[in-house]
Amino acid sequence: MTDPHDNPIRAAIADAISENEVILFMKGSPEAPACGFSARTVGILQSLDTRFAAVDVLPDPRIRQELSALSRWPTIPQLFVGGELVGGCDIVTEMFETGELAELLGAESTSERSEPAVADGATLQIENRLS
Amino acid sequence: MPDAASIKARIEAGIPGATAEVDDWTGGGDHFRATVVADAFNGLSRVAQHRLVYEIFGEEIGGPIHALSLTTQSP
Repeated sequence: MTDPHDNPIRAAIADAISENEVILFMKGSPEAPACGFSARTVGILQSLDTRFAAVDVLPDPRIRQELSALSRWPTIPQLFVGGELVGGCDIVTEMFETGELAELLGAESTSERSEPAVADGATLQIENRLS
Repeated sequence: MPDAASIKARIEAGIPGATAEVDDWTGGGDHFRATVVADAFNGLSRVAQHRLVYEIFGEEIGGPIHALSLTTQSP
């Protein structure tokens, strides 16, 4: 086990998850997804007019490694809402089709503590700590 | 190289009472799609259900098994 205090990447990921109401870890960017599963997940979030922070895991393999260790989830993308892992592309798609995702995101965006997520903010924090 | 039949067998062995249908999604031996029905999923969140399946394969997910797309259900 690694102490999170000795692991700046994992700490940056945990901070990004707690600081952003809706955050997607993906391959590529929302503008240029680098994987079909990431592209589909971004498309769903955009179709619901969701504001979300996005982190590209590709620039450094340690991001993905630490994220998966933290979330106990092996694949990318990973969507977190309110600090909780919602799931990957399959679960997000299923919840979109049943309307549960719109309900979850609607509830989050109207909660009082919610502030608009600034896309790229999380990316910058993680990249800064990697250097 | 993993194949659909071996992935099905490992899921059914790894989760007692589970039945799995597995397709090789792209025909390339690395993107699979599975529907898994198991009593063990009863009462679990979707994330927890999928973790039960992913845990069978550990590091192989994202490695030799590039993607394993899942639909899970309790009977």
